[in-house]
Amino acid sequence: MDNMTIIAVASIVTAGITTGFGTMAPALGEGRAVATALSSLAQQPDASATITRTLFVGLAMIESTAIYCFVVSMILIFANPFWNHVIAQTAGK
Amino acid sequence: MRLSPDQMIFWQYGFIKLNATIVFTWGIMFVLTVGAKLITRRLATGLKRSRWQNLLEIIVTTIATQIGEVGLRRPEKYLGFLGTLFLFIAASALGTVMPGYEPPTGSLSTTAALALCVFVAVPIFGIEEQGVGGYLKDYVEPTFIMLPFNIISELSRTLALAVRLFGNMMSGAMIIGILLSITPFLFPIVMTALGLLTGMVQAYIFSILAAVYIAAATRVREPAAQAATDSSNMNHGTQRSSHG
Repeated sequence: MDNMTIIAVASIVTAGITTGFGTMAPALGEGRAVATALSSLAQQPDASATITRTLFVGLAMIESTAIYCFVVSMILIFANPFWNHVIAQTAGK
Repeated sequence: MRLSPDQMIFWQYGFIKLNATIVFTWGIMFVLTVGAKLITRRLATGLKRSRWQNLLEIIVTTIATQIGEVGLRRPEKYLGFLGTLFLFIAASALGTVMPGYEPPTGSLSTTAALALCVFVAVPIFGIEEQGVGGYLKDYVEPTFIMLPFNIISELSRTLALAVRLFGNMMSGAMIIGILLSITPFLFPIVMTALGLLTGMVQAYIFSILAAVYIAAATRVREPAAQAATDSSNMNHGTQRSSHG
């Protein structure tokens, strides 16, 4: 395998693994957060405005970890700096 | 496939480029300012009001209420900054109902600029509220050891603001693009509707987080013993009187 193939394989496989594994933990965390918020909503419907706002902010915080993983895999696929470097080297030869 | 609207270039002269991000940002700025100007030109105070004035009043009072609920004492002071953030991000997400439009918040440059605005605005509001010394003292709370971590958190939350908004808007556009090549008829419409929802939620999140950061920077500190025993909501009155 030459350098280009190695970089392509590593990028594609890592991109898939990054999003796949990176969304697992945030999914579990968001599930727990929503479940807790639902039970507290059932207990105290009066505080629904506060609970909902805090839930949304918290969900966005949790979700941003998944979004980071997604951004990393998008960079690996569509804007890979190593790939661009190798392409530039090959074109220069 | 394009990763961001930065790569869609309309006009280029030397190193000056006019890409889709700038053009659509200008478009949104134009629509927002001219629309607000037209609506507020004939404001009525009586019972008979135009429906556009009613719409604007609903938006403004809702934003002010939300800012007040976060813990900022005078929402009107922060309404200009936080309301503009919310309206810009919400408008750029809502624009996706127009064909050929790409949200400018799907570019990392736009979201980084918005996050930098928050990064600059937090110290300005903090210093305005509690003075230079009072604001800087926040960094060595609770002990001096926490100084580097407080600075790191200041920087990392700015990065998080930018990347979160960018990732959400970009992923929405990208999923629609991928679905268009797989199932071209129905599913892209469903995902566009979902994208509208996430766009509004992200606008809300961005402005609420900015409000939370400003609230944390402008909070007048309470005595340690009192803070340990009371909840912060209960002793707002006593706190204000004791600190002047």
